[in-house]
Amino acid sequence: MKKTLFLGLASALALSLASPADAAGYAKQPKDVEWSFSGPFGTFDRAAMQRGFQVYKEVCAACHSMKLLSYRALGEKGGPFEYVKIGDELKHFDNPNDNPVVKAIAAEQVITDGPDEVGDMFERPGRPADRFVSPFPNDNAARAANNQALPPDMSVIVKARPNGANYIYSLLTGYYEPPAGLNVPVGQYYNAYFPGDLKAYWKGEGHAPKGGFISMAPPLIDDIVTYSDGTPATVEQMSKDLVTFLAWAAEPKMEERKRLGFGVMLFLGILALLLYGSYRTLWRDIKH
Amino acid sequence: MVWPFVDQMNPSGDTLALASTEVDLSQIPEGAQIKVMWRGRPMFVRHRTKAEIEEAQSVSLSQLKDPQTDEDRATAADGTYRPEWLVMSANCTHLGCVPLGDGAGEYNGWFCPCHGSHYDSSGRIRKGPAPTNLPVPEYVFLSDTKIKIG
Amino acid sequence: MSGPSTYKPKPGFETWLDQRLPLIRFANDTMIDFPTPKNLNYWWTFGGILAVCLVLQIITGIVLAMNYVAHTDLAFQSVERIMRDVNFGWLLRYMHSNGASMFFLAVYLHMARGLYYGSYKAPREILWILGVIIFLLMMATAFMGYVLPWGQMSYWGAMVITNLFSSFDQLIPGLGTSITTWLWGGFSVDNPTLNRFFSLHYLLPFVIFAVVALHVWALHVPGNNNPTGIEVKSKSETVPFHPYYTVKDGFAIVIFLMLFAAFVFFNPNALGHADNYIPADPLVTPAHIVPEWYFLPFYAMLRAVPDKLGGVLVMFGSIGLLFILPWLDRAKTKSMRYRPIAKQFWFLFIIAFLVLGYCGSQPADGPIVLVAQIATGYYFAYFLIILPLLAKLETPKGVPTSISAAVLSSDKKGQ
Repeated sequence: MKKTLFLGLASALALSLASPADAAGYAKQPKDVEWSFSGPFGTFDRAAMQRGFQVYKEVCAACHSMKLLSYRALGEKGGPFEYVKIGDELKHFDNPNDNPVVKAIAAEQVITDGPDEVGDMFERPGRPADRFVSPFPNDNAARAANNQALPPDMSVIVKARPNGANYIYSLLTGYYEPPAGLNVPVGQYYNAYFPGDLKAYWKGEGHAPKGGFISMAPPLIDDIVTYSDGTPATVEQMSKDLVTFLAWAAEPKMEERKRLGFGVMLFLGILALLLYGSYRTLWRDIKH
Repeated sequence: MVWPFVDQMNPSGDTLALASTEVDLSQIPEGAQIKVMWRGRPMFVRHRTKAEIEEAQSVSLSQLKDPQTDEDRATAADGTYRPEWLVMSANCTHLGCVPLGDGAGEYNGWFCPCHGSHYDSSGRIRKGPAPTNLPVPEYVFLSDTKIKIG
Repeated sequence: MSGPSTYKPKPGFETWLDQRLPLIRFANDTMIDFPTPKNLNYWWTFGGILAVCLVLQIITGIVLAMNYVAHTDLAFQSVERIMRDVNFGWLLRYMHSNGASMFFLAVYLHMARGLYYGSYKAPREILWILGVIIFLLMMATAFMGYVLPWGQMSYWGAMVITNLFSSFDQLIPGLGTSITTWLWGGFSVDNPTLNRFFSLHYLLPFVIFAVVALHVWALHVPGNNNPTGIEVKSKSETVPFHPYYTVKDGFAIVIFLMLFAAFVFFNPNALGHADNYIPADPLVTPAHIVPEWYFLPFYAMLRAVPDKLGGVLVMFGSIGLLFILPWLDRAKTKSMRYRPIAKQFWFLFIIAFLVLGYCGSQPADGPIVLVAQIATGYYFAYFLIILPLLAKLETPKGVPTSISAAVLSSDKKGQ
């Protein structure tokens, strides 16, 4: 009886967890990608993160903000530029303010600061402690520049979408040719993984295709960036790198979390064994 | 004695004083709608097509859960009646979600995805758990292309 | 708290204190020498587990409040600051958010046990009612806590739940609207709402703590129920709480903490919802609003009724019923171990509750609504029809005369 009940409750929990990712519309199931950071032992692939940051900086950052991140985070523990190659050795900087790569990335930006002594605002180069500079001053400006569509902030986007890493990868690589019979509105793009309902736009036979219309033009084309480590910049490669970077940005403490988790589980496991032993010993002579 | 402790939870002076909202209608093409914020909640302003207006006017009151004529709903507080403009609350009267617009639902008006309420092209409740029509706020025409809500 | 005290203070300070404030006597009688039936199974460990949950939630909550800002412009950012910059902030927040889920998991198992073994029956009616009050307070606390990060689900969850009260407009026009305006402190869910929810979210756990104290007090007057449902007849049927149950409960607590840790460290967002990592937007409702998993069965009942006020009444009624349960089920035999028919209906009840949970997680389309209606019907029938009828019609089977007799007979079976 106990077993049945427990199984029942467990399956109920599982069922209630399985809230349908495609309830919003009828998009294709995201591709199943093998990520360096998945599973209890997963960590972020540093090289992929660095390449991913390059893709963000050179492509995505034109429209998408990452307001929750600071430049210093790039050089903090677990960040993409925690270790910097100087000459032949990897050097670690405890204080990201001293990290030359992070300093250089921040210094490329222009920050409006102030007011100064006479009350005027002034511009200065960015510092590691500054937040990522947003491409638009506010949401209305972003909409106005993007045909009324608001490019979402990407700081936590991997956590803000169901099955986030796979979904974003699939979306970036899912700009397929629209099937014949699908009327794509001007300024919109067909994407097989974007949730939507295409019934009203479908003139072909059978069911309307899965997917939806997205306002973002296909952002990646082969070799749109040049990787300094010589990795071929295919759309798939860039998408994978970018998602690795975004996954880190959404959950920068993941590696620390898993590491601590193993310690805690080990401690609790030993404690459980000890307690079970004492329980059996204590109750040995009691009929119950 | 208890009243001050209860009443402090009611809307405060600054909340009540929230200014009215002016909407520029010239930016809304026929068959489109915009959402504007008024007193912290969204309002639909829809530029209705001929077909939508006709459909809304052809409904007899006996078919409605919350009977109201389309003319009543499309008339501003100053008595101006311009049926192409429909101004109403964008919170479903069931539990407050924002319904999907642009002819959604079984009655070519709005459809609330939360609990499945259907509204017609006049914003009147036709099917689902919502008890009443989407309420029309007080608004007046300031000019041909400008209204003021509140 | 009950029965003659077995505490004998040592001379000196203990005796001095005992004559002024008998703290040690109190601790001794409730947690050390307290006579506890020796046949309790693991289903009885959830009380201790729940105490641990409450304390963990309060501690993590107090330190999170030191870093959280209750303002619509800053709440989302301040939570992300906790996740990124506050030392161990990610751990505290994940403990607190997953802790709520664990709390409800344990409370549901605790209640299911009470239903199965008839722990709500005389002389434990008040104990049971206090438990239902704790459950209600937990729901209010969890709901308001979920609003605090000010994500999309926070905002729209607050919108939907506070709007439940607007259904009273169907009773007296204007009544519901006045209540929602009063709850919101404005004309919609907004900054005043967030601020007061934070205040109450901080207060209610301490109220829960106080009611838990009463719950434990009410437990210690008649003592524990046990799997046979037969009251303790002699001291030989009990063991002192310490060390026998401190160690057994301790073991169960650690196993439970391992499940908890598995979520916190290896899948901290599995029980949450992706939409809550999108900052609240009053203009856009997420395509599919669902509450946290522990509210799903009640949410399904709300949606099962096509009428607004009706749905609200059914939902609140489902919990209201629990208050009068001790008087609905008048069967003399407590434990369903000896009630073969009631036992079947109990299993069906658990299944109906799980089905409701599933329905609550799905979009409210045709067949799902029908299934939810059937399950809701069964939920109410179980309390209002089945249990009262079975009390009259069912003949219990093989009820032993005492706990000792039950233990002996199960021993024989075992050999």
